[in-house]
Amino acid sequence: MSNNPDKPGSKSGISRRSFIGTLGAGTLGAAMVGPGTATAQEAQGATDGHLVVALNVNGRQLRVPVEARHTLLEVLRDKAELTGTKEGCGRGECGACTVLVDEVPRYACMTLAVEAEGGEITTVEGVMQGEELGQVQEAFVQEDAFQCGYCTPGQVMAVEGLLMQNPNPSIAEIQEGMSGNLCRCGAYDHIFKAVRRAAELKGG
Amino acid sequence: MLPNFTYERPGSVDEAVEQSGADGAVLHAGGTDLLGCLRDGVFSAEKVVSLSGLDELRGIEATRGGGLRIGALTTLTDVATDATIAERYSALAQAAASAASPQLRNQGTIGGNICQRPRCWYYRGDFHCLRKGGNTCYAIAGENHFHCIFGGSGCYIVHPSDTAPALQALGASVRIASRSGTRTVSMEEFFVLPADDIRNENILKPGELVTEIVLPPVADGTRSVYRKVRDRGAWDFALAGLAAVVRMDGDRVDSASLALAGVAPKPWRAADAEAALTGGNLDAATIARAVDASVEGAQPLEHNGYKVQLVRGLMEETLRALEG
Repeated sequence: MSNNPDKPGSKSGISRRSFIGTLGAGTLGAAMVGPGTATAQEAQGATDGHLVVALNVNGRQLRVPVEARHTLLEVLRDKAELTGTKEGCGRGECGACTVLVDEVPRYACMTLAVEAEGGEITTVEGVMQGEELGQVQEAFVQEDAFQCGYCTPGQVMAVEGLLMQNPNPSIAEIQEGMSGNLCRCGAYDHIFKAVRRAAELKGG
Repeated sequence: MLPNFTYERPGSVDEAVEQSGADGAVLHAGGTDLLGCLRDGVFSAEKVVSLSGLDELRGIEATRGGGLRIGALTTLTDVATDATIAERYSALAQAAASAASPQLRNQGTIGGNICQRPRCWYYRGDFHCLRKGGNTCYAIAGENHFHCIFGGSGCYIVHPSDTAPALQALGASVRIASRSGTRTVSMEEFFVLPADDIRNENILKPGELVTEIVLPPVADGTRSVYRKVRDRGAWDFALAGLAAVVRMDGDRVDSASLALAGVAPKPWRAADAEAALTGGNLDAATIARAVDASVEGAQPLEHNGYKVQLVRGLMEETLRALEG
């Protein structure tokens, strides 16, 4: 696999990511625009009972029609087509949907999309540089910190948030900091090692 | 997917009071408890009134009288990591740090934490129980391992908050905004038992909201601690917890304030144990008297008798730790 985002990742010259991006463009419900200022209330009633929320996701502004009841998780996956963020329990218990809002880990399934307006949202897609893995992801690969991998995007984002607050955590701090993320495969020891490795890769 | 509702984000406390007084309106602070309740159909909402636009309800600041004011929307993470709280109100810092998971503490608020609904699995589940307007409590003859041993009557929930017992033991009060203005009540006045109101855990009425929590100044010689026992090492509600605030005058206990978590429908003041401690030393005999007094009047159900032993153990361990 190429580590250079500008270099084509396959013989056809289309990387997996850009291919998925092309597929998504036709059905994408979200519009990419410049910095938007419309609030949910200003936009209320503008689109058939939908609200239009302005979300800052991975540094890009999205204006997305949502219902008030839509969670950030539903909007990220179904409207912004950022399916790296997973739904696990859907009730704030497992951590598979962890994203950063203003550098702080939160459960996207327990956050209304309208409540995420004004925050800087980072998903697992946002920690990559093109096709190049982020340092936390790289640490997970090096330490074999997963089996099935379903919880991994949430684990990675929890680590990203933990290391922003505490660049050099002890094992006890790692265990506490990662306690909001379940791994059904039980890869916890490897995950904790990956956090240490990620801290080293980040220079903590 | 969540059931449908409309969404309002008022720009002032007055507007929030106005909007949340409407039929079918519910308040959204951090939302971590509310969304779970709506998703599970525990109750419904026509309108969600979000407080997230009210920046004036965030933050921790000293009061003129030497106490501390915590805005209702301050997150549990901010309460747990605030240097002043950790130093002077350590029971509260420990309680906030022990609640839920890092992600939920980053989102959940101190106001929401004391107003969260009970975790009784009949209340949360598909049972039309007394607290939901039905005519029976399914816990009485059911799976009541996690229910109350104090203060039950008709309904046997426990209050799920860790911070509420700590706040109560620290003598905190709650500031409430309503259409008729604001008022301040003590934590003990804030919570109600099922015998007083079987549908609600506190005195808030529609159109009323908690705006801040006020902690009194801490007297010299005061030590406080919150200790929690749960089924697993992290991310769980208390099987039992104890917030203990003891003011020492040399070796003598000048005053003691004890509030239990996880064993009653509200933070449970262990008044007899407080009396057993006051005026004595924190020696083994005094602690033993307090331990015995702490479970007097306990009325366990079929499956939760272990909580009596838990309270005894918590009381002994915690008081011994305060001695050292």
